[in-house]
Amino acid sequence: MEQRLDQPGPQSLFKPVFDLDRCDGCGECALQCTFNEIRIEPRGDRKIPTANRRSCGACHRCEVTCPRQAIYIEERPLALRRHGIWKSSDLKRVHQQSASGAVNLTGFGSETDLPSYWDRLVFNACQVTNPSIDPQREPMETITVLGRKAASKKDYENAKAGNKLIRISLPVVFAPMSYGSISLNLQKALARTASEKELLWYSGEGGLHEDLYPYTGHSILQVASGRFGITPQYFQKARAYQIKIGQGAKPGIGGHLPGEKVLPGISETRMIPEGSDAISPAPQHDIYSIEDLRLLIYAIKEASGYKPVCVKIAAVHNAPAIASGIVRAGADMVYLDGYRGGSGATPAIVRDNVGIPSELALAAVDQRLRDEGIRNQASLIIAGGFRNSADIMKAIALGADAVAIGSAALIACGCHGCQRCHSGKCPWGITTNDPDISQRLDPDWAYERLSNLIEGWHHEMKEIMGLNGIYDIGSFRGNRLILRGVGLSEKELSILGVKHAGE
Amino acid sequence: MCGIVGLISARKQLENGERIKKGIHLMNDRGNGLGAGYAAYGIYPDFKDYYAVHIMGSSQQGLKEAARFINRHFEVVHNRAIPVWDKIIRDHPFFNLFFVSPGISAEKRLPGEESDDDYVVSKCMQLNKTIEGAYTCSNGKNLGVFKGVGTPLDIYDFFRLDEYAAYSWLGHNRFPTNTPGWWGGAHPFNILEFSIVHNGEISSYGINRRYLESFGYFCQLQTDSEAVAYLIDLLIRRHGLSISEATTVLAPPYWKSMERIEDPDQKDLLTFLRTTYEQGMLNGPFAVLTAFEGGMFSLTDNTKLRPMTAATHNGYTYFASEIASLYEMEEAVEDIITPRAGQPIIARFETETGKAYR
Repeated sequence: MEQRLDQPGPQSLFKPVFDLDRCDGCGECALQCTFNEIRIEPRGDRKIPTANRRSCGACHRCEVTCPRQAIYIEERPLALRRHGIWKSSDLKRVHQQSASGAVNLTGFGSETDLPSYWDRLVFNACQVTNPSIDPQREPMETITVLGRKAASKKDYENAKAGNKLIRISLPVVFAPMSYGSISLNLQKALARTASEKELLWYSGEGGLHEDLYPYTGHSILQVASGRFGITPQYFQKARAYQIKIGQGAKPGIGGHLPGEKVLPGISETRMIPEGSDAISPAPQHDIYSIEDLRLLIYAIKEASGYKPVCVKIAAVHNAPAIASGIVRAGADMVYLDGYRGGSGATPAIVRDNVGIPSELALAAVDQRLRDEGIRNQASLIIAGGFRNSADIMKAIALGADAVAIGSAALIACGCHGCQRCHSGKCPWGITTNDPDISQRLDPDWAYERLSNLIEGWHHEMKEIMGLNGIYDIGSFRGNRLILRGVGLSEKELSILGVKHAGE
Repeated sequence: MCGIVGLISARKQLENGERIKKGIHLMNDRGNGLGAGYAAYGIYPDFKDYYAVHIMGSSQQGLKEAARFINRHFEVVHNRAIPVWDKIIRDHPFFNLFFVSPGISAEKRLPGEESDDDYVVSKCMQLNKTIEGAYTCSNGKNLGVFKGVGTPLDIYDFFRLDEYAAYSWLGHNRFPTNTPGWWGGAHPFNILEFSIVHNGEISSYGINRRYLESFGYFCQLQTDSEAVAYLIDLLIRRHGLSISEATTVLAPPYWKSMERIEDPDQKDLLTFLRTTYEQGMLNGPFAVLTAFEGGMFSLTDNTKLRPMTAATHNGYTYFASEIASLYEMEEAVEDIITPRAGQPIIARFETETGKAYR
């Protein structure tokens, strides 16, 4: 028998535990598990579920769907000898790779324990000398305008003539997730939520499925290195376009859509053969320098009737200089995707080791554009692991025009963060287009969940503005005096441009 | 909490500071003795074409260095110590006055300093930033700002304001809360022709300040009110907005209210201003009274969390935080106005041509 080492012990890190007193053997769990972790076996005169303990990833699908609440997921810490350097995940990775000779793929955002600066920043609040504002009683506005803005009133006539600014109702947009990496049902829900809430949704690089045509008024369609699904009509539809240079979960490499996920609809939309890996080139093959980027920006503007163009880059060491170049090359928006940004499929080694946190990149880019006097020329959209409304408001206070949320939107629709997006078997029907599984995600239900999330966050954002005595998001934006750092070094504070708590 | 008063003679009749002192003194409870100040327009008729730079030095050394700086960058036609009555406040900084014109011709100046105004602003900012313990209190023509730590009566007597004759006066009584009460932080704040007195707290200061920095304004005086003066200068002088346009930038109508505007041109303009000058918008409670070359205007925040009243009588317009102060300045005032939230009141001098300035 072949010696198997692909996991330290053959068993997975999690296992479903069944409460056999409650279980009636209906078999729902076995149907729900797309990773074949559970099978139903006869025992005596009844049927009971059994876990094979090899493939549970803690997606919690069985637990949530069990009609008799008879399942819970248990972590199974491996009883490996403790070691300061070699953690069980390191061993596991070596075992896997020495079995396969391949690159370890993963999904979701990075799970490393690098510091999250959001957790080290706190807000101010009004006390006595200026009154806080009660959003339940007073007007509170979060309308945000994106795009290239005039520098002064002297540009009024020009601005009237040609400017296509985008107005959204609150500074939140849905991050680019392509059809293919996520299910069409989810993309529909995102698009519909964005349309009805007056936000924006990004298409990702997977082209535009015709079911999404009704929502293109609030879309930003992507032009990535793979150029999937790009036709002349593509440039007639959207509100704006995005050139994707990099992604936070995998800076410096292109998109990966494993062949398993290239099903008929996707093949048609992307215009590639079914089952073929859709591996986007690392660079755009017509962009080898900033002047090439300028050509593409203006090519898209020409093709689209001068709609705004956004350029997406991963947050890397010299993001400020790159962003400055992008703005001067003619982009109307810069999209910065940080270290924690999610992905449908990325090499784990890249996800966990490349790029810098969104917080630092955002602060540095915003300041750099101000120092150069070009901050008005482009809006700054920041992404990368935003978990709640406080993270968003902290980013706005650091200087972001808007925040893009990806992982949080998926979590709203059921994702439990099992990090197997690349497998094409997402049990929640989120990151799969397998017809049997993806139908689990009802687009109406997902729309409701997303709307609720946005509404809840909107309330909280207004609350945070109000307690700072601010009735308009514009006075919150870039207002770093609202923030204080706790337990940060001088260097970190100076990059973030905030004072330490107590100062 | 602070107290604000202002008076302006449309026919530019001169008077000393007696009435403005009475007006601000009445509102003694709006201050706590940690700051008061006055601005007077029309006080230097003999040097009215020169920038009158008031320098405050916390030490003789700082004052000396500032004098050296001014002599290096300007042509000084006259300078003197500002007369003070130092019996009234013992521990005080020193004040000098320089009447200057830019020392070098326009072609030789740095970019952004081509106009005389820009040159003066740039050099005064540089002085504030680089010379320890010295600040410019005011630098406009034919006007002066007199301010410090003390009650309005103390400061009035200290600067001997009964000896000046002005056609437009501002007065301020301070109750500092967020920033220390110190001489440089007292009101009014001046930049060129604009002097402002402010009651309130600017919650948007963090972004206003960063916005101003990108235009070369540096806030050195540890108070949010300073930013308001620079914003007004930026909008009106440098970007050419009219006064009423500038007030809609500082206290813009809500988006919701803008939707209701029927005139498409006005709606366009307001939307444009709101979008372009988002970072210049003021948030938080405020009432601001601004004196300028052509008159005086007041403005409150959008929810009117700070008071402002005004009244006219016999060619004069009076402004005050409280109506009682209006009567204190002129018993016979009529037509008392209490402006709506965000609504400016603009008083202008009568001009020979009848054409309004700005």
